[in-house]
Amino acid sequence: MDEALLEVEDLHVHFPTPDGVVQAVNGISYSLGKQEILAIVGESGSGKSVGVLSLLRLIPTRDCEVQGSVHFEGRDLLQLSDAEMREMRGNRIAMVFQDPMTSLNPVLRIGDQIQESIIEHQGISEKVAKGRAIELLALVGIPEAEKRYRHYPHQFSGGMRQRIMIAAGLACEPSVLIADEPTTALDVTIQAQIIDLVKRLCREIGMSVIWITHDLGIVAGLADRVAVMYAGKIVEFAPVDQLFKTPQHPYSKGLLNSLPRLDTRSEKPLEAIEGLPPNLIHYPTSCPFLERCSYKTEQCQTPPEKQSISTTHEVWCHHAGKL
Amino acid sequence: MLGYICGRILALMMILLAVSVIVFSLMHSVPGGPFDERKGRLPPAAKANILKKYGLDQPVWKQYINYMSHAVRFDFGIPYQRPHTTVAKLISKSWAITVQVGLTTIVVAFGFGILAGVYAAYHQNSWIDTLVTFVSSLGVTVPNFVVAMWLILVFAVSLDWLPMGGWGSSGQCLIDKYFCTDWILPVVAYAIAPMAIVARYTRASIVEVMGEDYVRTARAKGLSEVKVMRKHVFRNAQIPMVTALGTEIPNLITGSIFIESTFRINGLGKYFVTSTLNRDYPMIMATFLLVAFLWGILYLLTDIAYTMIDPRVRLGAKSLS
Repeated sequence: MDEALLEVEDLHVHFPTPDGVVQAVNGISYSLGKQEILAIVGESGSGKSVGVLSLLRLIPTRDCEVQGSVHFEGRDLLQLSDAEMREMRGNRIAMVFQDPMTSLNPVLRIGDQIQESIIEHQGISEKVAKGRAIELLALVGIPEAEKRYRHYPHQFSGGMRQRIMIAAGLACEPSVLIADEPTTALDVTIQAQIIDLVKRLCREIGMSVIWITHDLGIVAGLADRVAVMYAGKIVEFAPVDQLFKTPQHPYSKGLLNSLPRLDTRSEKPLEAIEGLPPNLIHYPTSCPFLERCSYKTEQCQTPPEKQSISTTHEVWCHHAGKL
Repeated sequence: MLGYICGRILALMMILLAVSVIVFSLMHSVPGGPFDERKGRLPPAAKANILKKYGLDQPVWKQYINYMSHAVRFDFGIPYQRPHTTVAKLISKSWAITVQVGLTTIVVAFGFGILAGVYAAYHQNSWIDTLVTFVSSLGVTVPNFVVAMWLILVFAVSLDWLPMGGWGSSGQCLIDKYFCTDWILPVVAYAIAPMAIVARYTRASIVEVMGEDYVRTARAKGLSEVKVMRKHVFRNAQIPMVTALGTEIPNLITGSIFIESTFRINGLGKYFVTSTLNRDYPMIMATFLLVAFLWGILYLLTDIAYTMIDPRVRLGAKSLS
């Protein structure tokens, strides 16, 4: 892979609470290439959403402490002033959120919500912005865009609203689109449409995507590379086909074993991963997956270092390559 | 929309009719009457004469029909306490002053209340937020006549900065006979409680909306804080605010006996109490109908305001689409 567009290094996000510091993200590093779709997979509370929200500093700073660096277009996003950060948001890096039913403002026309970032960042007139908003609506597959431009969010279905969210995200032709579980609230057929839409737009516009999900089924058909997160850390990082064929981390294996398969006849029930993730206030000094791992040994009392299986496949497990 | 409003006004007429029946029968069912001898006995013939003069010798239902047939023509009778004027004249004269007090109070209470609420919400959990919460709790709990007494003691008696009362008689006015120095103390005393309610409600509404997903979306678009607040937060926060705060308005524009008697204001507020105590039937009916009418109109205006704020609200729609 050539030059990285976005480079996250040793990102930590901690939330001080009255009960102690919640260590939501603990030193994750990854890079995003041009026109690449990177999926970040993990269960609820694994820090995947917080990890990307902190890239755009969308978590109020009084609530959390962010450390590390995020290099993008030659600058560290975490060091930017508030005004510089606003310049980035929606303009160079856009975001699409999980729930399209609550992520659009119910009292504003959708056209207005799509064009407001163009007006903000490019300083063009409302008339020009309107034309652009209608183009965007057509681009994401909203029929009768001209008429629908004037409608309110409640006049659209969930899938349509997520298309509108994507249109708003694409408005300034950002180089990175961060999608935080954009299909979780949608039913399966609509999910497939949204995924196809994003893949097509990624190719056409030449944009990179970070796609957050807990659904490995989506990842297979969508992503180029996958990062598996567990308890605020990346435990495995691999190209999508390698992760599905030869998962190295016991957690990734467990996730894949818990998926139903259509290609093999099996009488076996689906396997679940026993136990619960560790308490993020009292972060374990051992390998965080220790409690739930069926391969654990003495070695696992110390946190694992990065092991490279190949140039593109990395895993954080003492037993990497030996399972 | 127009059809809906006409329907609502018709419904309001029905409500006024119901209120009139209830108030009329209640006030007549209380033993005694307006011309009971408290100070000395009246000769029976004289008393019968007075009762006859005001139609009080007739059965109650006949009195009601008689009253209503005049009331629909805006003839609300003669106040028993002041037989030289009419109820309509007395109310319009005193209400003119009360409306001045009320509207000024509304502007002050809502202006400062909303300002304080917005500031507290935006600086959530800061010391200013704590201060606003504390002061507004105080404002709701301390009655306005207590506040009034303290204001008079401090600003009129001790410091001698402002007149004790009088409403428009101090001679130092901003415009003609309006916005005078003697307006300040009554308006402040009257405004403190509603201002506290407005501040608390504004804060709560804005804090709630600021936590909504679409506000995060707006921030993710790179909008400035001012734009996020103005365009996305305030508009949505208005919905609960209109609901809760609209109801303060009819109370404020019909006056308060406490404020009026403390500051020597010749307004309408006192008649709500004195007419009941004096069994002044025509005044009781007129004041109650006025209040019922104002509430009805206010609710109608509130509902119309919803349609302007929230596109999801359609008044008079036959069914939900």
